[in-house]
Amino acid sequence: MKLKQLEGYLGNLEQFCNPKVELEQYPTGPHIASRMLYTAENSFGDIGGKVVADFGCGCGTLGVAAALLGAEYVMGIDIDSQSLEIASLNAEDLELDMNLIQCDISNLAWRGNVVDTVVMNPPFGTRKKGADMDFLFKALKVASEAVYSLHKTTTRAHVKRTALQDFNARSAEVLCELRFDVPQLYKFHKKKEVDIAVDLWRFVP
Amino acid sequence: MRLLTHNMLSSNIKGVSNGFPLRLDVENSVSKEVEFNPDFLRNMFSKIDWKALVDAARSMGYAELPEEAPDSSMLDSDEFLKKFHHALLELHLDEGALICPETGRRFPVNKA
Ligand SMILES: C[S@@+](CC[C@H](N)C(=O)[O-])C[C@H]1O[C@@H](n2cnc3c(N)ncnc32)[C@H](O)[C@@H]1O
Repeated sequence: MKLKQLEGYLGNLEQFCNPKVELEQYPTGPHIASRMLYTAENSFGDIGGKVVADFGCGCGTLGVAAALLGAEYVMGIDIDSQSLEIASLNAEDLELDMNLIQCDISNLAWRGNVVDTVVMNPPFGTRKKGADMDFLFKALKVASEAVYSLHKTTTRAHVKRTALQDFNARSAEVLCELRFDVPQLYKFHKKKEVDIAVDLWRFVP
Repeated sequence: MRLLTHNMLSSNIKGVSNGFPLRLDVENSVSKEVEFNPDFLRNMFSKIDWKALVDAARSMGYAELPEEAPDSSMLDSDEFLKKFHHALLELHLDEGALICPETGRRFPVNKA
């Protein structure tokens, strides 16, 4: 599938209708999401034929993208049932199989090294301090090949150090820096759109 | 949700000492055809907890899997692979939940 086509599909997905502030619910836009998964597949071969888990899948954008790019098996975990309903409809519309479970990612453990690749856009940790690192910790335990994740550029040094030293990642690499438009979903955002610098990371567990 | 997911997840809730396997609460299950991929199945076979798969498949009404964990020579048999394929990837828990065996906490599953 071509990048433009992928972006087109992702642009048509339903997204959060009542985003919950405390869970940092905002979607990864089609531009970033398509590039993230397209790079994972075309530069690294981490998606096609693989078992992929989407942590904090929300309405399913990243998992759907993985399925569209030929993942053999896709799972999505989110703590919020309303988002999962939407993810489920999104998958059905495109006739994709997703395995969706409602759970706090810290309440599940994963056995058997079944998951090859974890893709995620974790909460940045602006509401619950350390949420981003909780996700990364878990993802590095679960994935056997690679983790793709988005983190605020301001946290780059911290992310790198924590991944390599505390979570024993074999490598931690910023693939590119992106501008992430967090729309004005929340009252405490004064400007219409908050544009923040975000890094796309690839970690090898 | 398909049974491969059930087979790899366990409960990690604080205080739980053995969170595997999760219990299945089956409100509605369906069977959906999925493309047969023998290489994928052979690769998965070594990672699967056989007893958990047999029990889970049975609770969804499928009792064709051998009770005893088959040895890997079975992976050359198409007949065996087809059954394994059906149990692992085609049985869908459409409505219901996974349940922590110690605390009873529910992890609901969604369609698709
Ligand atoms: C920034 S959004 C990303 C949504 C989606 N992955 C996307 O890319 O469009 C973060 C998601 O993580 C979920 N989340 C937050 N804390 C969680 C937790 N502890 N366990 C599981 N999901 C969580 C939220 O409900 C939300 O859907």
